Amino acid sequence: MGEGFASVLRMANQIPLVEYLELGDQPHLKAHECTSCGARYFDRRNACAGCSGTEFTQVVVPDEGVVKAFSIVTFAAPGVPVPFVSAIVDCGGTSVRGNVINCEPSPEVVHLGMRVRLATYVLGTDDNGVEAIGFGYEPAN
Amino acid sequence: MSDDIWILGITMTKFGKHPDKDTVDLAAEAAMGALRDGGVTMKEMGILAAGCLMQSNAGIGQQLQKQIGQTGIPVYNVANACATGATALRTAIMAVKSGEVDMGLAVGVEKLAGAGLLGGGGTPKSDKKEWSPSGRYGAVTNTDGRIGAASMPAVFAQVGMEYGHKYGGTSFELFAKIAEKNHAHSTLNPLAAYTKRMTLEEIMNDVMIAYPNTRSMCSANCDGAAAAVVVSDAKLKTLSLEQQRRAIKVKASVLTSDPYEEGCQVLPNVNTLTKNAARIAYEKAGVGPEDLDLVELHDCFATAELVHYDNLGLCEEGGAADFFLSGATWRDGRTPVNVSGGLESKGHPIAATGIANIWEVCHHLRGEAGDRQIEGAKVGLAHVIGLGSACGVHILEKSGL
Ligand SMILES: [Zn+2]
Repeated sequence: MGEGFASVLRMANQIPLVEYLELGDQPHLKAHECTSCGARYFDRRNACAGCSGTEFTQVVVPDEGVVKAFSIVTFAAPGVPVPFVSAIVDCGGTSVRGNVINCEPSPEVVHLGMRVRLATYVLGTDDNGVEAIGFGYEPAN
Repeated sequence: MSDDIWILGITMTKFGKHPDKDTVDLAAEAAMGALRDGGVTMKEMGILAAGCLMQSNAGIGQQLQKQIGQTGIPVYNVANACATGATALRTAIMAVKSGEVDMGLAVGVEKLAGAGLLGGGGTPKSDKKEWSPSGRYGAVTNTDGRIGAASMPAVFAQVGMEYGHKYGGTSFELFAKIAEKNHAHSTLNPLAAYTKRMTLEEIMNDVMIAYPNTRSMCSANCDGAAAAVVVSDAKLKTLSLEQQRRAIKVKASVLTSDPYEEGCQVLPNVNTLTKNAARIAYEKAGVGPEDLDLVELHDCFATAELVHYDNLGLCEEGGAADFFLSGATWRDGRTPVNVSGGLESKGHPIAATGIANIWEVCHHLRGEAGDRQIEGAKVGLAHVIGLGSACGVHILEKSGL
């Protein structure tokens, strides 16, 4: 399934950084939602950590949310470009991890309770001319 | 006779740089120290539980036996992130409690001096010439730094910020003041890796690692080991009065992992498993937070210490900032926290930490803590958390003799 999905996107010359980022006219994040308890996950699942159920449906995660935690990272592992703003965004009750982008990475600009919305960007192009598309959250106002 | 478990002997090495000693040297120093402290020998130990997280497949327990006594007893090598030491101790406690043995030895050791940043990174895939999804998220390249941070300072920064978002009252300065307290406490601890008092200004102007945690608000990577001998109540009663007088009762020994909650696989939830461990420990011990004369909690970062005031029930829910600002957690406060200097200055040789914090509490309960003695200490609590997650809480009480 993942392979087919990826090849369709390669034909379109774009591939998402992660499979839970759906590209297209209106890029959005999608999650696996447990049909028994409603728990949401972004990774490939064997079962549900909340209730051990094994049935999931795919749901769309709201694009807008509120920053409920962040850190401005100025020191990271080799190869990780700094500075960047790591954040946890509450998107209508679903917690999402992502960078706060398209604004200055400073505590004067980024704050708790900040309203943000999903934004995508090209993070690089491979030898086949395929662009990898990343996502982050930018200030909503 | 009861099914109480006691700590008979316990010790920690100096934390810091030990370039001339390997992990086995440090583990041996701690283990032999704990045996000597308890007035017993390897021959009397019925079980050995040992941990060294960074060499967790190296069989540190058997390596240690080959230096200090191959008596043929069962060895359990354990690994449980930053709760490895507490897990080793709890393994020994469970073996004694089961009645299978009457004495056990637990050891935690780590060599981390100069290890730098822990967590994050991963194999860079950026040199690949063709994007190819892999792993559970179908990622085409390393996501650390692109989809948030994986490093420990940033994860725990967010843990503290999330508390601030939920309850308010937090700021960069507030978190820095927690580090100021712990660095001040460390000046009285000769076994701490760093014993320099730092001003609030020095802490806030130190190198920023992951806002709001500067370098001096992060736990210090260093070398060290700690070990403890545990004994059954029945066996203790056959030992000398002096051994019985110095023995410390384990009122509760609890280990938890994190139950599923919304968002816990996005940002690790270090709160609920700590609350659960504390609740179970208070119930088992028959004491409450108000009975604690001192607490050693897992301040792997200044931002983490704040949330654990709340998680351990030291303050009312949501009141951690006010609780700290009242001065309650300074060594002359109502509930002294991390009078050892905490992980931020004492240091954090991972697998040693979960036994070293128990040593600190025992040291005070025995009235042997010298310049930093909390006068009249009778009951104390030690807490560790390993990301992933595992939480250990032990409640300890002075002997009534
Ligand atoms: Zn479920």
